[in-house]
Amino acid sequence: MPDIVATSSALGTPAERREGPDKVTGTARYAAEHHPEGRAYAWPVPATVARGTLTDIDDKHTRAVPGVVTVLTHLNAPRLAESDDATLAVLQNSRVPHRGWYVALVVADTLEAAREGAEALRLTYAEEPHEVTLRGDSPDAYVPEDSDGTSGEHVRGEPDTVHASAPVHIDATYRVPPLHNHPMEPHAATAEWQDGRLVVHDSSQGATKVRDVLAELFDLPGDRVTVTSEHVGGGFGAKGTPRPHVVLAAMAARVTARPVTLVLPRGDLPAVVGHRSPTVQRLRLAADPDGILLSVIHEVTSHTSRIKEFVETAAAATRVMYASPHSRTTHRVLPLDVPSPSWMRAPGEAPGMYALESAMDELAVALGIDPIELRLRNDTGTEPDSSRPFSSRNLAACLREGARRFGWAGRDPRPRARTEGPTLIGTGVAAATYPANVSPSRASVHAAADGIFTVRVNATDIGTGARTVLAQIAADTLGVPVERVRIDIGSSDLPDAPLAGGSSGTASWGWAVHEASTQLAARLAELEGDSLPAEGVEAVADTEGTADADSAYARHAFGAHFAEVGVDTVTGEIRVRRLLGVYAVGRVLNPRTARSQFIGGMTMGLGMALTEGSTLDPAFGDFVERDLAAYHVPVQADIPAVEAHWIDEDDPHLNPMGSKGIGEIGIVGTAAAIGNAVHHATGARLRELPLTPDRVLGCL
Amino acid sequence: MATDAFRSDVRLTVNGTVHEVTVDHRSTLLDVLREQLGLTGAKKGCDHGQCGACTVLVEGRRVNSCLLLAVAHEADEITTVEGLHGPDGDLHPLQRAFLDRDAFQCGYCTPGQICSAVGALAEAAAGSPSYVTDPGTDPAAPVGLSRDEIRERMSGNLCRCGAYPHIVEAVEDVAR
Repeated sequence: MPDIVATSSALGTPAERREGPDKVTGTARYAAEHHPEGRAYAWPVPATVARGTLTDIDDKHTRAVPGVVTVLTHLNAPRLAESDDATLAVLQNSRVPHRGWYVALVVADTLEAAREGAEALRLTYAEEPHEVTLRGDSPDAYVPEDSDGTSGEHVRGEPDTVHASAPVHIDATYRVPPLHNHPMEPHAATAEWQDGRLVVHDSSQGATKVRDVLAELFDLPGDRVTVTSEHVGGGFGAKGTPRPHVVLAAMAARVTARPVTLVLPRGDLPAVVGHRSPTVQRLRLAADPDGILLSVIHEVTSHTSRIKEFVETAAAATRVMYASPHSRTTHRVLPLDVPSPSWMRAPGEAPGMYALESAMDELAVALGIDPIELRLRNDTGTEPDSSRPFSSRNLAACLREGARRFGWAGRDPRPRARTEGPTLIGTGVAAATYPANVSPSRASVHAAADGIFTVRVNATDIGTGARTVLAQIAADTLGVPVERVRIDIGSSDLPDAPLAGGSSGTASWGWAVHEASTQLAARLAELEGDSLPAEGVEAVADTEGTADADSAYARHAFGAHFAEVGVDTVTGEIRVRRLLGVYAVGRVLNPRTARSQFIGGMTMGLGMALTEGSTLDPAFGDFVERDLAAYHVPVQADIPAVEAHWIDEDDPHLNPMGSKGIGEIGIVGTAAAIGNAVHHATGARLRELPLTPDRVLGCL
Repeated sequence: MATDAFRSDVRLTVNGTVHEVTVDHRSTLLDVLREQLGLTGAKKGCDHGQCGACTVLVEGRRVNSCLLLAVAHEADEITTVEGLHGPDGDLHPLQRAFLDRDAFQCGYCTPGQICSAVGALAEAAAGSPSYVTDPGTDPAAPVGLSRDEIRERMSGNLCRCGAYPHIVEAVEDVAR
């Protein structure tokens, strides 16, 4: 049997990414890069009206294009079974619920022919009036019952009465525009039917869910569908559940009896893969003269499509953050003729904490209290809305450590106090929080006679380093060197696992891997030195009932963000000069990959603050910024020195590894920290993102 | 496939190997590399020259291969990320530096970043100025690559995972 010897801990060490060499040499294969024999290419056709019905399809020019194999529309596409996600019911009827909705798919021998065929399709619509503009006071907005476990409204005490009579008030409305995930790899799938089996390479954050949904839609037993997501070029929520491309690819493969690859054109993504809903957020804070919060009212209005209710739960974090005897947090959602919104990195928390943490800064200014001190005075050991104790809450430590590293002490709080020529310099701070989510998962670990351990779990590595950290967890639990652990992930034929999302992947998969490894170690110990059987020994685990058991604790990660900006008074351009984050996230399992995730989140937060924004054109009902030249994700030159640090946090109430998720908290407070720094620099409070030069110049 | 008004036979030299292929005149170099030659290291992120994921080297210069028609590059030496390794198969110093600095996450922009960095280093060595180069710099001398120079020169390659600070460190390691 393999010798089980205690080794130095693999967890907590900066192990290099296991798939790194494949990625830097170009050999890592993504969904569209599988080339089965006889493969055809599909090109989708989006609707060009914002609301209406497709009344006529003229495909004769398309079918005349050499190489075109078929044209799929609602008239001839395979019928799909019902699913609870209406965005997947593609080519099932003639309705157009929003501009960009897919109404046809052209399949051809080559990419060029498919594209030409799609452009040659003549479609006629009966257009209907549409409405795509979000108004915070719309009477058609309603309070949803529940969204991903977050209630539509929660009230404590008498917030409105208390607000009216409190000595100090803030009443401010903040606006965040629609935002697009834009992972660098567009959504793509290669699908093939093999003797009644459906095999799909999909760009997804969770192949188990994709497998289940495809089986449902195509009315197949789950074991006749295999979905792989071996390498995924980012997702940030946009690949969290199956998206229309994978359904279309499977349809096209069935109709043509050929393998089919469908890669969505970049310009289609905003309309069909989800976006962060715009929010209009009114924040009312009431405090006593010492800055102690008396009442917090956070009202959020977001939009959703006509076919799917999605709620941007931006008030959720306000239920977690600060002690306050009176509070009301309300979500309202307004259905419009818009594409269906969905998850984007820290859905709810990112826009919500932008508003709350901007309002806290406004309160600090109104009171003349240092913004860090104001947050410390309202810190709490129990979650305000649930009254549960926090399993750990080190917000104060993050603020203090951040202040020390950033050099906050001695900051002159007066706006416009620092200048360099025409540039105004300011610094800002904001807090961050994100729930420590975890879901049940299965996993198996196998010990082979040659001393190799193989972990099998349908985890997905969307860039987090999942392979690496899971190997570290298994190695540590088994007490073997990490080099002897092999990791199989990214296929629905492996033990079922939840998606890479909600910052829950490592906690969820890792718990099952830890459980299986623990069992395996016990069974190996029972061998008492006897050699392993030829087939090896395997242990399987399922954390259903364990990982999702109710906790007596409120479990959240916390952090603090610090920013220094320079604002050019001539051009209105804001440049972030420094960005620093300090996090309390339980045990950091791999500091190397963790740091990259924190920095990545902060970078996306910088984009949210300064450059990213999308607009729904009222006349056309379309997103105006549909490509990467118009929708400005941050580029290298936008990003200054970015530092991510964390404090030691020992929390026994989380999972066997003691870890909290780290993928999303980096974005959460960044935009507010930058906005607060802009106020410090200029004295102007801008309450609508992004903080583009035109808006800045108007306030100077 | 027959050669006609829409297709031509071309000889493409990629990573030192000559490939004889029939290409659609509309085919981009990127699509021919990925779909006909099986070289999927160069990525399609936007197909519009806006993201840099498709960056390869043509005659040693970095280019967006999604903006080039393959039929026009018969005479050129084309290098993709698959061809950057040394004669013994060793990783290129930039590939090694990207691993050392954890200069990527999802990996989709990475081949383009690395090819772009190879091009950027050559441009700086040849004295090509960038927007942030001091105008007083001797045009014949190599440009030293400060962090600001690297940021400026690498800004054509988007990374949505936000690996930018680590990419700067990786390029800096090799520029030294």
